Amino acid sequence: MICQECQKRPATLHYTKIINGEKIEMHLCEYCAKENNVMNFDQSSGFSINNLLAGLFNLNPNIEHINKEHPFSANQIIQCDNCGMTLDRFLKIGRFGCANCYEAFSEQLTPVFRRLHGGNWKHNGKIPKRAGGTINIRKKIEILKETLQTLVEREEFEKAAEVRDEIRFYEKQLQEGGE
Amino acid sequence: MSIERFLNQAVSSWMNADGPQADIILTSRIRLARNLRDFLFPTVFTNEEANEVLRKVENIMPLLNIHPLQDAELLKMDLLQQLQKQVLVEKHLISPNLAEQSIGGACILSPNEEVSIMINEEDHIRIQCILSGLQLQEALELANAVDDQLEEHLDYAFNEVQGYLTSCPTNVGTGLRASVMLHLPGLVMTRQIRQLISSINQLGFTVRGIYGEGSEALGNIFQISNQITLGKSEEDIILDLNNVVGQIVNQERSAREAIVRQSEIQLEDRVYRSLGVLMNSRIIDSKEAANCLSDVRLGIDLGYIKNISRNILNELMILTQPGFLQQYAGGGLRPFERDVRRATLIRERLRLETKS
Ligand SMILES: [Zn+2]
Ligand SMILES: [Zn+2]
Repeated sequence: MICQECQKRPATLHYTKIINGEKIEMHLCEYCAKENNVMNFDQSSGFSINNLLAGLFNLNPNIEHINKEHPFSANQIIQCDNCGMTLDRFLKIGRFGCANCYEAFSEQLTPVFRRLHGGNWKHNGKIPKRAGGTINIRKKIEILKETLQTLVEREEFEKAAEVRDEIRFYEKQLQEGGE
Repeated sequence: MSIERFLNQAVSSWMNADGPQADIILTSRIRLARNLRDFLFPTVFTNEEANEVLRKVENIMPLLNIHPLQDAELLKMDLLQQLQKQVLVEKHLISPNLAEQSIGGACILSPNEEVSIMINEEDHIRIQCILSGLQLQEALELANAVDDQLEEHLDYAFNEVQGYLTSCPTNVGTGLRASVMLHLPGLVMTRQIRQLISSINQLGFTVRGIYGEGSEALGNIFQISNQITLGKSEEDIILDLNNVVGQIVNQERSAREAIVRQSEIQLEDRVYRSLGVLMNSRIIDSKEAANCLSDVRLGIDLGYIKNISRNILNELMILTQPGFLQQYAGGGLRPFERDVRRATLIRERLRLETKS
């Protein structure tokens, strides 16, 4: 692949930069990368996700450089045993290799997610019917238990009994394993 | 190719300017990113795995029995010609990345082109629904229906805490990107757009010009989308976007009113000059075409021009892109030839309007 900037030398630096949330793939040669000071985006021109990730882990954004100096940095040892992705490489390319990476790097991910998603770190949306397994039922039970609580406080015992039956119904479903 | 036949093949249902608030909002778009649990993500998977993912999706296609996916077509990137791919990209039905760089990349396309499912893009599956005007809720329902169907047959990568697991951490959670495309000539002319963009950014939404490079927005067309995908429900994401868009629409309407009040004759002059250029020019580049189309569209919305339908902007912004022009010409075109073709296509399209 040829460098986007000079169209002459082979591109050696590949990264994604985010401008207003739009990911733009960049392929530059080493010379042009230095010329453009690509690793130092200022906030107004957007930030690179790699840069952001590196910043969160107190790494020098120039990860290539770091590798030479610390060939056995801690981040290389944290690795996904399913796809082989290292935390180090994830920080460099800004992409996961598989679903298991989320577990393998889980401790390191919360600050990343908070930063990217306005402080949020926990999913609060759709739950798939099959892959979600029993989550949907457990959520229903949670809500019903809250309702039960309020009903008891208001001494509406007749309604509370109905809700209790409903909870029992779903709990039985849970024990039987899903749907 | 005759203009009628070309238009028949080229125009998707969402290009018709018949949706709610169609005077300002061109399209609403929903994208859901999904991955399969048992396969490595496209960023690292092997060619064999890529082909197996594709085979899996291909095999369940006959089982998808909801309306928009009946008679849907599966287009494999490897088997498409360069020009065919370029046309799909210009229609925003597939991404440049899927067209050029994917392994085992494909797209399932509904006959009316409202639903497109990209396979083996950055994620295994990306469901896209496009509707005309402001119809985010409807587009989400459509996307959810497609999603539910796929999930009946495919094992998604999902967990309770992080939601739908995506290749890129910027999509995790809902995997939802909701976007609205707006025509904002009033805010551009009254120079309010810059201020507006920065305040929208602060609310966690991104704004960008659809056509043209960098900060330039050709044809005064802007796209606004959510940035946050984690920690908010799909409905809340759409509700918030709807609110922001509603405010922009109001501001655009008052900007248009102010221009009419303060300089009606200048505006009318500008509109008709642009119409003159579009109806008569023999050579026109994409920038001039976009500016004139935007003016004429504004003229239609304000009632100056009555015999031309609204969707010329929606349609011609897409149909005057290089890929489409080459398809219309039936072969490769150099940049200068493109400008000539573009002028011809626009003239013929406008003649169709005034004839009927
Ligand atoms: Zn270079
Ligand atoms: Zn992994």
